[in-house]
Amino acid sequence: MERSTLNLWVGIFVLLGFFSFLMLAFKVGNLNLSSSNETYIVTAHFDNIGQLKERAPIRSAGVLVGRVKAIQFDSKQYNAEVKLAIDSQFKFPVDTSASILTSGILGEQYVSLDAGGDDKYLKNGDQIKLVQGAVVLEKLIGQFLYNKAQDTSSTKGAAK
Amino acid sequence: MTNIVSGIRIVGDRTLKIVERIGAIASFLFSILIHSAASFKRFSLTIREVYFAGVQSLIIILVSGLFVGMVLGLQGHETLQRYGSEDSVGVLVALSLVRELGPVVSALLFASRAGSAITAEIGLMKATEQLSAMEMMAVNPISRVVAPRFWGGVISLPLLALLFSAMGIIGGYLIAVVLIGVDSGSFWSQMQSAVDFEHDIVNGIIKSLVFGVAISAIATFEGYEAPPTAEGVSGATTRTVVSSSLAVLALDLVLTAFMLKGWN
Amino acid sequence: MTNLVEIANLNFGYNSRLVLKGINLTVPKGSLVAIMGLSGCGKTTLLRLMGGQLRASEGTVTVAGEKLNDLSQAELYRFRRKLGMLFQFGALFTDLSVFDNVAFQMREHTDLSETFIQDLTLLKLNAVGLRGMHHMMPSELSGGMARRVALARAIALDPQLMLYDEPFTGLDPISLGVIGQLIRKLNDTLGTTSVLVTHDVQESLKIVDYIYFVSDGVIVAQGTPDEIRGSDLPFVHQFIWGEMDGPMPFHYPAQSLKHDLELMGG
Repeated sequence: MERSTLNLWVGIFVLLGFFSFLMLAFKVGNLNLSSSNETYIVTAHFDNIGQLKERAPIRSAGVLVGRVKAIQFDSKQYNAEVKLAIDSQFKFPVDTSASILTSGILGEQYVSLDAGGDDKYLKNGDQIKLVQGAVVLEKLIGQFLYNKAQDTSSTKGAAK
Repeated sequence: MTNIVSGIRIVGDRTLKIVERIGAIASFLFSILIHSAASFKRFSLTIREVYFAGVQSLIIILVSGLFVGMVLGLQGHETLQRYGSEDSVGVLVALSLVRELGPVVSALLFASRAGSAITAEIGLMKATEQLSAMEMMAVNPISRVVAPRFWGGVISLPLLALLFSAMGIIGGYLIAVVLIGVDSGSFWSQMQSAVDFEHDIVNGIIKSLVFGVAISAIATFEGYEAPPTAEGVSGATTRTVVSSSLAVLALDLVLTAFMLKGWN
Repeated sequence: MTNLVEIANLNFGYNSRLVLKGINLTVPKGSLVAIMGLSGCGKTTLLRLMGGQLRASEGTVTVAGEKLNDLSQAELYRFRRKLGMLFQFGALFTDLSVFDNVAFQMREHTDLSETFIQDLTLLKLNAVGLRGMHHMMPSELSGGMARRVALARAIALDPQLMLYDEPFTGLDPISLGVIGQLIRKLNDTLGTTSVLVTHDVQESLKIVDYIYFVSDGVIVAQGTPDEIRGSDLPFVHQFIWGEMDGPMPFHYPAQSLKHDLELMGG
């Protein structure tokens, strides 16, 4: 085979491979050059993070604005310190509140940001003060049963 | 009693032989790396091998990828339908392909298509004294014959695995969206939110690179060490396919375990 | 006349079995020397020792002033540029054309321009009469032509020493004569020294200057072609005239025929 045809085929092969890489990266995967590069990090302390994982989405009004960068246990305050990487094109006031919610009934957990009214914005390294941890289903059910039991015992007591 | 003892002895003997072989392949790989500089200087030799290992495997990889993706689409839809989440079929197809099936199946196909050809070619060159002749012409066969074939394989396999995954996702799309009628928007968007570039795609590429090194090292080793007879070469070709397939599956287990737990 | 190859008190063995025992042999510069013997007598091993592909267990092999026992791997490769070798069946590179086969060493070892390499390659092919075949692949050649191309490839860089491993095996009488004449002609015109390992007696007696007979790892006879023809050593006589029985018996050692047959009959 002529060397030039051989080179042509290898060239086509490499280009095809490169295009499928691009397809996998941008169409199938979540690589996004414009936004994923620039983020700023803010921290938030939660009493309980439930099933929140690293790289879970951060949403505000349902729109993806960033991802959870790291989760670690704060051994001074005995709670969970969550580092939030927020896309720098989105600015939030300093009195923004963060809460951990669940998408759907059994879906994944995410961090929801609700903007406040302050005219100063959060910047890299700041801490979000207003937080609402995850709702733990067992606690909720336990509380519900407890209330129910109290209700029935009080009505029984009234009947006597 | 003696049966048990001799059984244990046979098992131990086989194990020692396997470990010995792994050692021999590792030191062969080392000498390929040492002698690679000369073959990089004349990169056209390696390009030639990319043609034989990569371009000539294109058809089988593309067709198999398409079929595997279609089957995943069908099976995934069938199963997910029971839980009412057939929109997630894209996630299932993409994750299985990018993480596992793309690298592993294309490596297995590559081992039997290109690996066996490499072994047979080098083995025949040895049997017909071409390697000896090269040595007598003061050209080291490791850097002139073995290294270009090794690097050709290492370059080709990751590209083939990417093509396999891409084809498979197209196949899954054809079945799930075009044929069954899953919503095209949620097919892609759910896929995008679930497939992570670093954790899924880059790790998949790392896997296929490791597989490429293993298969190419085994294939060139078996060819180079093949007894210079017809049976010798055919036996070496069979061994290449068997041991590189096993190596791919074993390495896949180890790599997957590390990737899921994190490298540290 | 100085000697290009000198072998002194050489012993060589695979594992513990000695293949060559106490070999002393010299090849003067510019001469064409044949090493003859039966298949498996160790003559190809002797050739490989001269090419540095094997190392002597004891004794010395000196080629072109270099003691091969002492050379490192890298020095051996450098030394081999002075050698040319023709393998038994040619050993042409099957993935390269005739032209690329002959040009192989020039491309690997020299910085010559491609146009110069082209001229040189065509000249070498012309010397073996196959200039018109340069575009063909080795698989398209007959055995005799392949052998001639391999010869052109071996002389590509004008070696000081040519080694021929069974150059006449499997050739028809005409090709055989052509190869024999080419070996002699190239040796004289290029000023090369040649060592020829063969068991083809009649053809080699016509072309060589001196002959060593090897049997069972030792040199049993040596001399010029005329001396060998006139030799009354029984082994040499049997070898040259192809007699069926002699010092090399027709029957391999075995139990008596009667014993074997009775055993078969039950």
